[in-house]
Amino acid sequence: MQSMASFTRTTQLALLLAIFALTGCATQKTLYAWNDYSPQVYQYLKEGGGSADGQVLALEKGIEQASAQNAKLPPGYYAHLGLLYLNTGHSDQAIAAWNREKELFPESAQYIDYLMNNMKKNGS
Amino acid sequence: MTACTTAPKIDRTAFQTAKPASILVLPPVNDAPDVNATPSVLSHATYPLAEAGYYVTPVTLVTETFRQNGMAIPSDIHDVPYTKLREIFGADAALYIKVNRYGTSYMVISSAAVVQVQAQLIDLKTGQELWKGQASASSEEGGNSGGGLAGMLITAVIKQVINSTTDASHGVAGVATSRLLAAGRPNGVLYGPRSPLYGKD
Repeated sequence: MQSMASFTRTTQLALLLAIFALTGCATQKTLYAWNDYSPQVYQYLKEGGGSADGQVLALEKGIEQASAQNAKLPPGYYAHLGLLYLNTGHSDQAIAAWNREKELFPESAQYIDYLMNNMKKNGS
Repeated sequence: MTACTTAPKIDRTAFQTAKPASILVLPPVNDAPDVNATPSVLSHATYPLAEAGYYVTPVTLVTETFRQNGMAIPSDIHDVPYTKLREIFGADAALYIKVNRYGTSYMVISSAAVVQVQAQLIDLKTGQELWKGQASASSEEGGNSGGGLAGMLITAVIKQVINSTTDASHGVAGVATSRLLAAGRPNGVLYGPRSPLYGKD
């Protein structure tokens, strides 16, 4: 876990610095608090799901951290969390998370509605 | 380093006119032998685009949606008609990424990890191309980059990533994907509506 966490931080730092180095401008604050989001997504995609419980914990921790920093979570964050809830049998929490995604990013509405309709159809 | 070359300016008029707010990133087509290339580049793509000011459709859910519709192969997904993508995902534009190189297997002399990616942004209302670009990154770059401080930073950054993980190519892919998709670069992606720099580039 420790090495995973340090890998995560290093990767994020690397990306930030890479962008800074590329644009060559003054450092600007990022729009979003990314926390562990990208590494969690990588793990999910690479392992075809992976350990959903561990990922849920990591993402829930990220929500607390962002809220403590008064920072916004990135696009897809709540949507991915919703998927993890769904995969662990928590449909109500999945719907709540997807609604949160829609609230924060109205651009997601059409797709989120599609997902929720599918969920109803599948009776899950 | 893009900053060091004077590439001819590409025409971004269609991009400026279309004003996409949301981008659907499709699972990248992978031409490299390493199967991690697709998940790696896909997981890195949200960061630069979201920070550029776009809504990015959640990539894990998108992957699952295709899978549930019997589509697990990125090249099949890239063949789906844009009208269908628009209907399901509701995004303004779709990003088609291709990974040309990922990992070390093609190298003979050096053991450098190299990642090379290219992408095309398509308007999902019209099917028109809005932008295209390509970028690469290597674990061994920097020595002859002549990039000054920026080059040194990149070098330091890459070494740091390499030293902290056995998944070296994944770290390099993060740099390549950021170079490809970060806004504010010559010929790069324009800033999107959620960025304070929207419309200023």
